[in-house]
Amino acid sequence: MARKKTQTLLLPGGSEWSFSAIEAYDEAIGRIARDYGLDCYPHQLEIISTEQMMDAYASIGMPVYYHHWSFGKQFLATESRYKRGSMGLAYEIVINSDPCIAYLMEENTLPMQALVIAHAAYGHNSFFKGNHLFKQWTAASAIIDYLVFARNYIAECEERHGVDAVEQLLDSCHALMNVGVDRYKRAPRLSITKEQVRQREREEYLQTQVNELWRTLPPVLGRDEAVETARFPREPEENLLYFIEKHAPLLEPWQREVVRIVRKIAQYFHPQRQTQVMNEGWATFWHYTLLNTLYDEGRVGDGFMFEFLQSHTNVVYQPPYNSQWYSSINPYALGFAMWRDLRRICEAPTDEDRAWFPEVAGSDWRTTFQFAMHNFKDESFIAQYLSPRLMREFRFFTVVDDDSSPKLKVGPIHDDQGYHALRQRLADQYNLGSREPNIQVWDMDRRGDRTLTLRYFSYQRRPLDTDFAEVLGHVARLWGFPVRLEEQTPSGQVNRLGISG
Amino acid sequence: MIRIVDRRLDSKNKSSVNRSRFIQRFKGQIRKAVADSVDRSGIRDLAEGKRIGIPGRDIAEPQFSTGQGGVREQVLPGNDRFSSGETFDRPSGQGGGRGSGKASPDGEGQDDFVFTLTRDEFLDIFFEELALPNLLKRHLAGVTEFKRVRAGYSQSGVPTNINLVRTMRGAAGRRIAVGGAPRERLRELQAELDRLLSLNGEGDPEVQRVRLEIQALRRRMDAVPFIDSFDLRYNNHVRVAQPTTQAVMFCLMDISGSMDEQKKNIAKRFFTLLYLFLNRTYEHIDVVFIRHHTVAEEVDEENFFHSRETGGTVVSSALKLMQRVIETRYAGGLWNVYGAQASDGDNWLEDSALCYHLLHEQILDATQFFAYIEIAEDTPQNLWEEYQKVQAAHQGVFAMRRIKAVSDIYPVFHDLFKKR
Repeated sequence: MARKKTQTLLLPGGSEWSFSAIEAYDEAIGRIARDYGLDCYPHQLEIISTEQMMDAYASIGMPVYYHHWSFGKQFLATESRYKRGSMGLAYEIVINSDPCIAYLMEENTLPMQALVIAHAAYGHNSFFKGNHLFKQWTAASAIIDYLVFARNYIAECEERHGVDAVEQLLDSCHALMNVGVDRYKRAPRLSITKEQVRQREREEYLQTQVNELWRTLPPVLGRDEAVETARFPREPEENLLYFIEKHAPLLEPWQREVVRIVRKIAQYFHPQRQTQVMNEGWATFWHYTLLNTLYDEGRVGDGFMFEFLQSHTNVVYQPPYNSQWYSSINPYALGFAMWRDLRRICEAPTDEDRAWFPEVAGSDWRTTFQFAMHNFKDESFIAQYLSPRLMREFRFFTVVDDDSSPKLKVGPIHDDQGYHALRQRLADQYNLGSREPNIQVWDMDRRGDRTLTLRYFSYQRRPLDTDFAEVLGHVARLWGFPVRLEEQTPSGQVNRLGISG
Repeated sequence: MIRIVDRRLDSKNKSSVNRSRFIQRFKGQIRKAVADSVDRSGIRDLAEGKRIGIPGRDIAEPQFSTGQGGVREQVLPGNDRFSSGETFDRPSGQGGGRGSGKASPDGEGQDDFVFTLTRDEFLDIFFEELALPNLLKRHLAGVTEFKRVRAGYSQSGVPTNINLVRTMRGAAGRRIAVGGAPRERLRELQAELDRLLSLNGEGDPEVQRVRLEIQALRRRMDAVPFIDSFDLRYNNHVRVAQPTTQAVMFCLMDISGSMDEQKKNIAKRFFTLLYLFLNRTYEHIDVVFIRHHTVAEEVDEENFFHSRETGGTVVSSALKLMQRVIETRYAGGLWNVYGAQASDGDNWLEDSALCYHLLHEQILDATQFFAYIEIAEDTPQNLWEEYQKVQAAHQGVFAMRRIKAVSDIYPVFHDLFKKR
């Protein structure tokens, strides 16, 4: 009787996939995911071919995107590396949308498809739905519509104003994408209907706003002199694209709209860059857990597990610093290890864990997981949850490279004195604020030649990369007048770096 | 329930627009890379896609980022020897020896952006700015190709060709036409009936009569079919003969003792280029290979390039054979004839004069274009001088150039077919 039951329970085997098999796996995995309390968007699985995967790569995984040569470059690079065999394609791409779209490649074997379903359609999907950054900053239900709007709008601009003009504008906007996001302010939700209704109004309205700024009427008598000489913007503005969209004097309405489109899309991708370790680790943890549960229930065989584990171990391998394969810390490896470790701390804490994580040790792991997944990003997640045991396992150490001293120095390592500092260093490594230069709009010369001043707030004496001059050219193209770049050191000293325009 | 969408049959080349924009934007660099790669590798590979490298810095998309210098603290995994506070020398060759700007053995700098052009993209760029001299002839050749084109509508045909719009339009028209008179009558009768009813009420015998007539009319109108076989219209197709463009290309090569492997190789590349070029213009191309030493013979491609025969040189033998082939197989003005001759210019003095006459009086009249390349490093000999006379007499139809090394091929080719 028991034997018969396992037989009916067994999911389709072999390596060839079929639609019915995928459906069966999705159902089985979905049931386990619900048992574990994963809250997901509904999802849609799309079967695609290799070429389509490369197409998707070229447009950062989005199913629709506007046209630009840089995506063509991306495509050619991917195709070339893939054909040479120096790179395998990712098994999956998943889109943070509602419903969540996960791509399955037709070349994958059935166990691989199951892995991808567990990883993308349940792992990433639940992260997208739960994590506060995604909830706050991205509107999953509107993104596809917005991309369609963006593509059509840009295509229309190309028709009206010529491909070259649009391309130049996009080049400049793309150059500012990493300084075109709000890091602290919450972006308003995207809505396709609102976008379309308001787009025309906005065009006209914005233009009048700009004119207001450059009012040439004689000043009202008795106007406070302090206001006249006050800096504009009053507070430094971190979002260059936003500032340009709102205040660049010479942009045409359609150009402002394009700037806005690029800015919106940059903003959409911003959370993904802040949660790489957490997100990939989360998805990896869940595909590992879900498929193991499937095995424990006797629904898949040993062959399935062998193939799955082989892919899994490849994904979470972390080569040491002196290996020829080392390039950086593998976010899958670190993330997976951290989530696993967190569960261990909950379920089987040691004395060390109790000392380090008094609130977490011994708690219900699912509740702790939900809390951690919802409320953190890479930087804070590592600062909060990286345990000494994991630092020992990874044998993390810090190298201090100070260009004013002739030798490199070893900073904190995985020992009692070093744990806290080491963890802080690693967390800082995932802080976008310290990884990317902090450049803000400082001032614009309203009464003179309209020069825009950007200020780079340097950190740890790190200079800007020398190609900033070229980027400055892009800013100047958008601004329409000269753009000056200054550097402010932590001690308050200001140096002129360059001017363009 | 879960939705699975099969996208495999959707359009594959979503990136093709982006791809062509990329190529358009960097055409200058790509053109240069294409020319370089032709010098480097065999032309036989040209027929496939081509790997091309262009300088990475040209296509970089810079963003604000921090550069080298300052204080950097990096956390690394896999500590095997370090303890806190110890110092050590900077590893030489920054970043584990992955330096930049190194040349790799295949001639692509490591900083190059390397990608593959498809055959069409490659040839487009390669032959850009080149044009065939002398317009081609279009002919209704003997073996004509037919194309089916639409030619209005017909009343008979097979069901797959039914034109729904036309058919329904006809049916609607017929229904209106046939139903017009009865409908008119029906309206009159209806009015009459109403009048009688209001006047005399149900008892009037007239009412009965009108009712019967209305009934009969209704029956008649219902009998008009919604669609009739008479309405059917079919898309009509006719076969139209298509003018085909066809060309024959004669490859003439000297295989006398003085033509060594390297010279043959140069000749071969030149012929291949010409073939690819013609291929873009003509739908159908015959290639005739004629090799000669003291006697000429027509051979297949394999023998043409790889034969080991040698002997003296009588160039005119090849020209005579070419003339004979034209007369027997490509006569009647149906073919565009192109000739390409490669030789090291070593010929008997009297024979060179004969060549002049053959070309001048016979062959060039029948050809669109004839190119002569002399593969030699030393000073030109008598054949070159005779051919110069031909060139003077047949501007635009006859061209000649000297090639010294493989790298000359593309410039010479480019020069020969430059748009004028």
